[in-house]
Amino acid sequence: METILLFSPLVGALICGFAWRLIGQQAACVVATAFLFLACLLSWIVFIGFDGETYTRSLFTWIESGTFFADWAIRVDRLTAIMLIVITTVSALVHLYSFGYMAHDENFKEGESYRPRFFAYLSFFTFTMLMLVTADNLMQLFFGWEGVGVASYLLIGFYYRKPSAGAAAMKAFIVNRVGDFAFLLGIFALFWMTDSIQFDVILPMGADLAEMTITFLGRDLDAATTIAVLLFIGAMGKSAQLFLHTWLPDAMEGPTPVSALIHAATMVTAGVFLVCRMSPIIEYAPLAGNFIIIVGACTAFFAATVGLVQNDIKRVIAYSTCSQLGYMFVAAGVGVYSVAMFHLLTHAFFKAMLFLGAGSVIHAMHHEQDMRNYGDLRKRIPYTFWAMMIGTLAITGVGVPLTTLGFAGFLSKDAVIESAFAFGPGLGEFAFWALVIAACFTSFYSWRLMFLTFFGEARGDKHTHEHAHESPLTMLVPLGALAIGAVFSGMVWYNSFFGHTDEVGRFFGVPYAEAGAHADEGHGDDATAEGGTHGEAAAPEAADAHAMEGEHHYVLTGAPGEGAIHAAPGNDVLGAAHEVPIWVKVAPFVAMLIGFATAFLFYIVNPSIPGMLATQQRPLYNFLLNKWYFDEAYDFLFVQPARAIGRFLWKQGDGTVIDGGINGLAMGIIPFFTRLAGRAQSGYIFHYAFAMVLGIVVLVTWMTLSAG
Amino acid sequence: MTIGLEHYLTVAAALFVIGIFGIFLNRKNVIIILMSLELMLLSVNINFVAFSSFLGDLTGQVFTLFILTVAAAEAAIGLAILVCYFRNRGTVDVEDVANLKG
Repeated sequence: METILLFSPLVGALICGFAWRLIGQQAACVVATAFLFLACLLSWIVFIGFDGETYTRSLFTWIESGTFFADWAIRVDRLTAIMLIVITTVSALVHLYSFGYMAHDENFKEGESYRPRFFAYLSFFTFTMLMLVTADNLMQLFFGWEGVGVASYLLIGFYYRKPSAGAAAMKAFIVNRVGDFAFLLGIFALFWMTDSIQFDVILPMGADLAEMTITFLGRDLDAATTIAVLLFIGAMGKSAQLFLHTWLPDAMEGPTPVSALIHAATMVTAGVFLVCRMSPIIEYAPLAGNFIIIVGACTAFFAATVGLVQNDIKRVIAYSTCSQLGYMFVAAGVGVYSVAMFHLLTHAFFKAMLFLGAGSVIHAMHHEQDMRNYGDLRKRIPYTFWAMMIGTLAITGVGVPLTTLGFAGFLSKDAVIESAFAFGPGLGEFAFWALVIAACFTSFYSWRLMFLTFFGEARGDKHTHEHAHESPLTMLVPLGALAIGAVFSGMVWYNSFFGHTDEVGRFFGVPYAEAGAHADEGHGDDATAEGGTHGEAAAPEAADAHAMEGEHHYVLTGAPGEGAIHAAPGNDVLGAAHEVPIWVKVAPFVAMLIGFATAFLFYIVNPSIPGMLATQQRPLYNFLLNKWYFDEAYDFLFVQPARAIGRFLWKQGDGTVIDGGINGLAMGIIPFFTRLAGRAQSGYIFHYAFAMVLGIVVLVTWMTLSAG
Repeated sequence: MTIGLEHYLTVAAALFVIGIFGIFLNRKNVIIILMSLELMLLSVNINFVAFSSFLGDLTGQVFTLFILTVAAAEAAIGLAILVCYFRNRGTVDVEDVANLKG
């Protein structure tokens, strides 16, 4: 079943991409979509039927060389199962959505066939993404990693007639190369230290790695830290974290369904998945964990500030994605991998929906993307409006404080924020405040988007507004399906991801044990979300033995590599996160209200405030509008020097040295020797004969002397 | 004094060197080149015969007869070429035969 699941998108992609001339465009797209829905169905079966026990299906051997060994295999554990449903659900819905969205496209001429290509790329992407998450070794994971990179490149550059799309595609690919280089180094280092790239071998060695040192760049470094940091840098590239984030906003050049699938729900979360997958190693590298927290928190804050002032509807959501990815990394960095996956899951639903909703708006407005030209669309496209509203409520985190009733984002985001606080003073508090402020900004820009798009008065081209029409059913159905996810996914899975430690342990197949003697009282039935009763249990006992399975449990005790995620002895952030003070639990909600109130004031009550503020704070406004000048700085630091080196090598190296050398050889040295040789050719036979005789004499002399 | 192998070889060597010099130092006449070639072939023949007698092996003398045959044929062809050449160019001067100059 897993095999069919894995390969059906590939079959769909091949049929759609190569056989559409035989079966027709529409049929090809239908075939690809049908295969995706099949994969989606199977994924849900796998997910629901999964019992937490990791199992591996080996398909066939890929590489076997010495001790190096890599299989094509399907490894299913809880992380994989979560990713499977995220990927295939969003992908299937995006396929369906694309029927409507891609029906007519002015980027292509009349009669050109672009739809089969688009669907084939989408299916191909899904296949490589599945390869990534089902890998049982780093080699296959890297294959998937690069495969999604290729698919992303192809889809960002789908409108190949637009130079900006081509440039964005290249930028995405090149920026990712930076991260991938570190990722590869990390794989090499792991193989160097453990002599294997199989997850079954390397994951249990996390604690051993922490004891080893590795010589890197001429100094001895802690092996676990080095590997964890290198792998995380790889994840930073794919997940658009600070410093390697610049490609994500530009990737919005691709068609909107692509943004929803690749640049919001699935591919960009591959980095989070990798970090969670590698949790047994990262757990033993506290420095790397701190690095992850800092980068994640900074990204969440940075991207949220930039999102405040962007005018392109897709770019706002892109920065929002970037920011939410930061949240996930903070959760992973503090050691609560289940919460990282929780936010990944809920974010996939509501962010895909926001993107598809934005696509619907763009579709209605004839490919106008500037929010300043929107306004008052809620009556024209009511279904889209309600879908976007649900998405916004989900991302801003609307819910009832101190309960587990709320939209998906409310539960998962608050879980992240509480985990960050529970990590402890110092770094934990820094991350906490960064995330709370980011939550306030998130609320502001999300509501700003809503108000600018759907409320106020119609701005921009009047004609476009009059012709704004609701999208076809193929586009609305995916919105509805994702809306269900955005509303309920948080509440349904709250306990599995962020409930009591034993529930999380059971869900992820990680053994757990009683933490302290006084821990079991009052726990049993007290399954409220607060989990406030076992505060004292937070003092974890490094209980290595996991013999006590099945009793009262509070601390994850699985050995590294056991179960889907790992918590090192002493890591009880998950338990502590339930014990944070009330004000911490309420803080994100208050931040959300502040953001909403500000947005309401700015864009509904008094729409002149934003303009005034922008003029008043011109430098700050420009700073944010230009995305902290990251692109300019990179242009100055990397692009210009690279171009200068290129120009030097081209003009001097290639032009002068190589071309000059060849021309000099061909036009100077060879003719010189030719003239010299020509002079020897007198034409007199006796000269030639004399040369022969001389030669014979020399030969005979030499043979006589040497042989004699 | 008995005439030994060395004497024959010396004569043959002398004739051979004369032949070589005949080719190189001659600037006048192509016919002289042909004659010098014959001279070199004969010197080789002397070597063959001398060794044949010295070693008591008739093969060398048989070989000599073959060489004489070939030399005759070669002389005939060489002279024929020469006649043709003279008809074309009106001269057999070696200095003028430089059509191979590169």
